[in-house]
Amino acid sequence: MKNLKQLSLILLAAIAFVSCSNDDDATDNPVPVNEEEVITTLTATLTPVGGGTEITLQKQDSDGDGPDDAVITVSSPLAIGTTYNVSLELLNETESPAESINEEIEEEDDEHQFFYTATNDVATFAYVDFDGDGNPLGLEFTLTTADVASTGNITIELQHLPNKSAEGVSDGDSTNAGGETDVMAIFPIVVE
Amino acid sequence: MKYFISILCFSVFSFVQSQNCSSTFSGEVHDFHDGTPIINATIFIENLNKYTTTDVNGQFSINDLCNDVIKIEVSHLACETKKMDVTIDGDTYLEINLEHHIEALSEVEVKSVNTSKLTKTTQETILKSETIDRFSSLNLGDALKQISGVSSINTGSTIVKPVINGLHSSRIIVMTNGVRLQDQEWGIEHAPNIDLNTAGSINVIKGANALAYGGDAIGGVIVVKPSKISLKDSLYGKTIITGHSNGRGYNLNSSLTKTYKKGWYLGAQASLKRFGDFEAPDYSLTNTGLNTKGFSVNGGFKTFEKGFNISYSYLDNEIGILRSSHIGNVNDLVNAINSPEPSVIENFSYDINAPKQEVTHQIFKTEFYKRFKKFGRVDIQYDYQNNHRYEYDIRVGDDKDKPAVDLTLKTHTLKTNVKLDSKSNVTYQFGVNASFQNNFADPTTGVRRLIPDYDKYDLGTYVISSLRLNNDINLDFGLRYDFNQIDAKKFYRTSSWEERGYDTDFPDLVIDDLGTQLLVNPVLNYHNVSASAGISYQLNDSSDFIFNYGLSNRAPNASELFSDGLHHSAARIELGDLRIKQETSNRVSGTYNYKNEALTLNIEAFYNHISDYIFIEPIGTTQTIRGAFPVWSYNQTNASLYGLDLTANYSFNNQWYINNKSSFIKGRDLTRNDALIDMPSTKTVNSIGYTNKKWLNLNTELQSELVFRQNDYPNNNFEVYNPTTDQMVLVDVSTTPPTYHLLHLQSNITLNISEKTNLNIGLNITNIFNTDYRENLNRSRYFADDLARNIMLQLQLNY
Repeated sequence: MKNLKQLSLILLAAIAFVSCSNDDDATDNPVPVNEEEVITTLTATLTPVGGGTEITLQKQDSDGDGPDDAVITVSSPLAIGTTYNVSLELLNETESPAESINEEIEEEDDEHQFFYTATNDVATFAYVDFDGDGNPLGLEFTLTTADVASTGNITIELQHLPNKSAEGVSDGDSTNAGGETDVMAIFPIVVE
Repeated sequence: MKYFISILCFSVFSFVQSQNCSSTFSGEVHDFHDGTPIINATIFIENLNKYTTTDVNGQFSINDLCNDVIKIEVSHLACETKKMDVTIDGDTYLEINLEHHIEALSEVEVKSVNTSKLTKTTQETILKSETIDRFSSLNLGDALKQISGVSSINTGSTIVKPVINGLHSSRIIVMTNGVRLQDQEWGIEHAPNIDLNTAGSINVIKGANALAYGGDAIGGVIVVKPSKISLKDSLYGKTIITGHSNGRGYNLNSSLTKTYKKGWYLGAQASLKRFGDFEAPDYSLTNTGLNTKGFSVNGGFKTFEKGFNISYSYLDNEIGILRSSHIGNVNDLVNAINSPEPSVIENFSYDINAPKQEVTHQIFKTEFYKRFKKFGRVDIQYDYQNNHRYEYDIRVGDDKDKPAVDLTLKTHTLKTNVKLDSKSNVTYQFGVNASFQNNFADPTTGVRRLIPDYDKYDLGTYVISSLRLNNDINLDFGLRYDFNQIDAKKFYRTSSWEERGYDTDFPDLVIDDLGTQLLVNPVLNYHNVSASAGISYQLNDSSDFIFNYGLSNRAPNASELFSDGLHHSAARIELGDLRIKQETSNRVSGTYNYKNEALTLNIEAFYNHISDYIFIEPIGTTQTIRGAFPVWSYNQTNASLYGLDLTANYSFNNQWYINNKSSFIKGRDLTRNDALIDMPSTKTVNSIGYTNKKWLNLNTELQSELVFRQNDYPNNNFEVYNPTTDQMVLVDVSTTPPTYHLLHLQSNITLNISEKTNLNIGLNITNIFNTDYRENLNRSRYFADDLARNIMLQLQLNY
């Protein structure tokens, strides 16, 4: 009999424990997560050297890893044989006001590098900005279009933690860079 | 004065009595379980050197005893010997109950050699403490691979999940010290949080036939039991020190147990494990270190009739994940797959940086049992588990040191079990389990929750009967019902909610609309029925057969329901599905055992049909700012798994032996008529061993492990645009690695230091020839080779 009492006591204690913790946890709703490192938008602003109309290339994916596909816009065709000064802006538009990611990249410039490639030789590129070690960063660069009318793709990539001293990397070749891709945007370009 | 007189009277009375020495001590001896009289039991009076035996009615009597305290010992063949003090005061009558079940007896009496099977009619294998000790510095998954038909699915070499007959994660129940482990077992990169050093023995039951543990163990049950406590005054323990050449790892484990004859006991155990970067034959596997700290305490009281136990265990695992396996997009994955070496190779270090995981698991348990005469045994247990999981990704800026995943899973479980064993040829067992679980995902990570906040309720009840028809045939039947409810609160991106079609199917679940996000409150209920039937038949002295059937239902886990996001090392977006129902398994199996002096043979065959089998498959791609990603979604199909496991041992004499363990398994998707993903390869392990008791108890074994290429796999390859080359490239995530063969050596000697102390020295070499290989079921295989040669030296002091 004594044992049965002990038994029921343990049972009671345990049930009390279970029900108490139950009450604590189920009351209010979870708070939404403030996504901090998301890049939703890459905008490249092309200004012709010597003046002219600005051209913008933009990749925007407002739902991040969600199912909506990113939207690519190219404001107008590029001109033949022209050099453009290009500056890049990266934004997190899930926050309001939108947060600029440029600052973070500039602060950690030795851990980031942009790479540019073009198909069909529609353009060539040259780095303008560099990190503290003299290696390219690439938020600023120049783009020179082909001398003939042509079409092709321009790809802008941002690598996080690339090996900047690997062969070819400082010349803008990402083959040996390693690292992981934070941004990859492919823009269809018309040069005319 | 009155008192004085009465005391005097009593004294005189007793004096007279003792002078007489004419008291009779009589009584009856009964079986504790069913109350039947025990015939021919010996009653021995130690201090008088007198004895007698019981008659056909279990009665006995001894004449001419003085009034005194006598020490008696009651014994009977196949019974627990009972010692007791009896005060003889005139003619004394006593009823004595003896325990005659030998099996149950061994549970109480025998220390650390408790290798009794938990079931009679299932495919059950036991790992003994000698085997477990050898794996002291490794983990549960590694140790279990010693069993034919058990393999593992790995992330690197430190995150090892056991796979039983092709099934893993939520399809396996892991019991540790009587507690069902609740540690977010749904993920491939979530290994069971168990310190192998807390185990005295491990029983592995294939299939869902052990219904007392749960009804959803479609794959099987792993029962990790602590060393048994002996009922004697004793203080014992062991210390194991291990060093590894690969990873420059070391491991220290020590345990100490104090027991008392009366039944009290107290034990404690602690272990420390540290590894730096492991090595493949040609390069260092950067950031693959491990840092483990664990301890446990265990105390209580135990006799045959009643007992209780209170225990607490703590385990903290900090595990590095191969640096190169953290990638940004599919193009990075292509580069990783096509590159012969991982992209980041640094010098050896003990540092563990991101990506890494840090998991602490705590278990508190209290348990009480009592046996009732002519009835059986009642157990009641409460346990609480707290699993805290951090995962660190490679992040930028202020978030660098912040975890990307921060989940706390708390589980309370209350369970009772009643075993009716008063009849010797049939036992009944029934019980109730109730548990409550809460998952909390800390939102301050700055990363969308991988698993949402939820409350989960489980209620299960079961009945099991075991029938011994005659000496050769045992029958088991079991039935179980479980109710699961999961009450989650999850934020969905509005775009994801609509893309999955939930806006039309579950519009009522939305409780808050934040514009781009919706807060929804799915409450999902599952009713699961499981059943089991088995028969064992002893054909003759050397052969026996076991056949069994198991029906089980498993409700989907949190990952299968709610996953929603990018899986970094797989470079894919994984989506759960709220519509997923439970899966149902029908498994039949047969076992043949043969044993004679030289040969032991065990053949196990099974066929497992799983309807609504839950699996993940690619369904398309999505464009993100990082590039295109394949999207994988959980889905259901009908599947069948079948296979054969073989264990054979042949002893030429008492020194030389050979051994073979082989397993073969096929998994088919019956709806699509295709192979199932992640099926273990056909494997055969052959060893030759030599033991010699005269040479310091030398045991040595050379092992050849041959793993064949998995030729049956679904083709989930796809193409992705490479802007550098302006071409589409194949992302080959499916092709399996080639066949590999490894050679291992194990040897150990034992030195007796004193009567109660011995030292066991072990030398193990794995991958002797430093072979390059990749294992299909290792997630790191896309990025790097598997482990190079390792030399392990282990000192074990038993005292």
